[in-house]
Amino acid sequence: MSKPTIIPIGPYHPLQEEPELFKLYCDGEIVRDIKWETGYNHRGIEKLSESKTFDQVFFLVERVCGICSTSHPFAFANCMEEIAGVEVPDRAKYIRTIIGEMERIHSHLLWVGLAGHFLGYNTVFMWSWKYREPVLDLFEMITGNRNSYAMFKIGGVRRDIPDNMIPVMQKELDALKLKLNLLTGAVMDDPVIHARTKGVGILTREDIIDFAAVGPTARASGVAIDVRKDDPYAAYPLVNWKVITSEAGDVFAKTEVRLLEMYESVSIIEQCLEKLKKEKEGGIDVRVKNVPEGIGTGRAEAPRGEVFHFVITDGGYTPVRHKIRAPSYVNIATFKKSCVGQSISDATISLAAVDPCYCCTERMAMAYDYHTRIAMMGTADLLRMSREKTDNIRSSL
Amino acid sequence: MLQNLFHFLIYPGLLFVTVIGGLLSWFDRKVTAMVQFRKGPPILQPFYDFLKLLLVKETILPAQGSKITFLMAPVCALCAAILSGLFILFPLLGIKAGFSGDLIVLFYLLSIPSLAYMIGGLASGNPLASVGASREMKLMISYELTFLLVIAGIILKAGMNIRLFDVLQVQNDTGAFIGSISGVLLFIASIFCLQAKLGLVPFDMAEAETEIMHGHFIEYSGLPYALIKLTKYIMLFILPAFLVAIFMGGFKWQGIHILWSVLKILVVVLLLTLIRNTNPRIKINQAMRFFFLWMNLLAIIAIVLIFFGL
Repeated sequence: MSKPTIIPIGPYHPLQEEPELFKLYCDGEIVRDIKWETGYNHRGIEKLSESKTFDQVFFLVERVCGICSTSHPFAFANCMEEIAGVEVPDRAKYIRTIIGEMERIHSHLLWVGLAGHFLGYNTVFMWSWKYREPVLDLFEMITGNRNSYAMFKIGGVRRDIPDNMIPVMQKELDALKLKLNLLTGAVMDDPVIHARTKGVGILTREDIIDFAAVGPTARASGVAIDVRKDDPYAAYPLVNWKVITSEAGDVFAKTEVRLLEMYESVSIIEQCLEKLKKEKEGGIDVRVKNVPEGIGTGRAEAPRGEVFHFVITDGGYTPVRHKIRAPSYVNIATFKKSCVGQSISDATISLAAVDPCYCCTERMAMAYDYHTRIAMMGTADLLRMSREKTDNIRSSL
Repeated sequence: MLQNLFHFLIYPGLLFVTVIGGLLSWFDRKVTAMVQFRKGPPILQPFYDFLKLLLVKETILPAQGSKITFLMAPVCALCAAILSGLFILFPLLGIKAGFSGDLIVLFYLLSIPSLAYMIGGLASGNPLASVGASREMKLMISYELTFLLVIAGIILKAGMNIRLFDVLQVQNDTGAFIGSISGVLLFIASIFCLQAKLGLVPFDMAEAETEIMHGHFIEYSGLPYALIKLTKYIMLFILPAFLVAIFMGGFKWQGIHILWSVLKILVVVLLLTLIRNTNPRIKINQAMRFFFLWMNLLAIIAIVLIFFGL
């Protein structure tokens, strides 16, 4: 064999919105081997967590990932409640579940759009992101934020979903179902998409178990692992839903699993809203005075797979050790199986198919006037504008 | 001499095709935006893009590779595009009749831009560019045969005339070629050839932004890239114009026919835009199979139909 050509995907590449480097060792168009380098964006969250109080850690772990920003607080809350031995009120459980499932919908819509973009199908990209917008508006209505919702705390949630919001949400969800039908039809019935994604980047059942892959990546290969069923938390055991699996293990199966999971999420939210209606407003948290010494583990099913948090406490105000295991880091190991032997075109979509997310999030930026050195749009202005917009949404209920 | 220079540089040469091509590029982007629920760019955006690259942006040359070849390739592509534009627009706008055999010359001239991109990409010494160039090469091998068959079909339909002007005359007398079954089949085949020649989705694997980051154009910047952009605008005008000439009876410049002429061009560009917005990019081996098997079959069926007079 001749000397392989290295085709770099990253650290700055249109395929990945985050910095990481995949080196494809190619022989012509065929990928013979793949190596990757991560760690361009290491922020030391686990170490930072040890210097924050338990209430502050929620806001910190929320910023582990900008897209699945509820999964980490969810897992951390499960973990802390195990240590403190707290039982969360039912109403808080339903609200947590609603937030978690809405996040799954917006994350999967985001992925479908990006996958379309990676295939050069920008119409799907724009449509899917347009359909994602009302979900973010719902988030803003409930929590005041479009991302990083700051909803969780030990023993409950921070904000209630009042009764007058429930009909608005139900209306939006009904509209969303129609849009999902349209999108699913456009993606699942397109013969060219079939030609591009079927039989591409196949992961068998054994591969999934060998690499310990999680989430939709595993479920698309027929491995029905889902923390929501395997280790039920929040309101998931209280509502009816099923784990979506597919057998093929290719990119198309992963798309199928994600598209169908959105319908399940809509159904879960609808059931939770019905249950919320029957409950009285208020009573969304229990007061936790102190966290005793102990070791806790918390799991939550993020849109990309299992999020695992491990915390050691010593009876003080801060975690002594905090370990986070994020799903993408496990899933990218499967590239060794799914990309090798494929052409470059197939390898790139296989890379994108596990929905890799490298703990990237937006940073604050501020603009100064060049001559006067006066801040043109500072933190306070942005906060004020954001609050005004949320107030407008709420007052129009 | 002076008149030839005027033809080459002003009308219907460089300036004219650039302006019309830029406007068509805007039309393409605006329709794309409307399909995708976006607002789309202002009408002069293609010219802003071009001028920014030409005047503002720095030109960076690759350290490895042949610099002369790298810089000459866009110039070759641009010259070939203008020249083929002239040969198409002379008979189409009724300026000159052209010469016998210009259909064959056009076939060669229209393939030069793709060849030039390929050579420029290979000269840049970038592995991504070489992947792009190799894909462009494979794509050319697959669509050129279909394009040749389409032109052969047109020559047969026009009674063995190999002059574009005569093809237009025949259509004037007997009606546009697209009105017959064989004409429709040839038109379908040629639309896909155009898609591949213009490097639009689903045949944009040679530049595939999300795979190989614009492939053979990856090292281009500043002025050479401005020339490539210009060539793309021009190709977006002259290739649909060529299709209008060989299938739809060309342009007429009297009364209501002016509107028809503009509509013909817009419809062809609209077709290209809609195809590119409703399909994902396919792989190079799928593209080769598509052209070798299906499009060639379509063109051959059309040629057989022409023999039966359909």
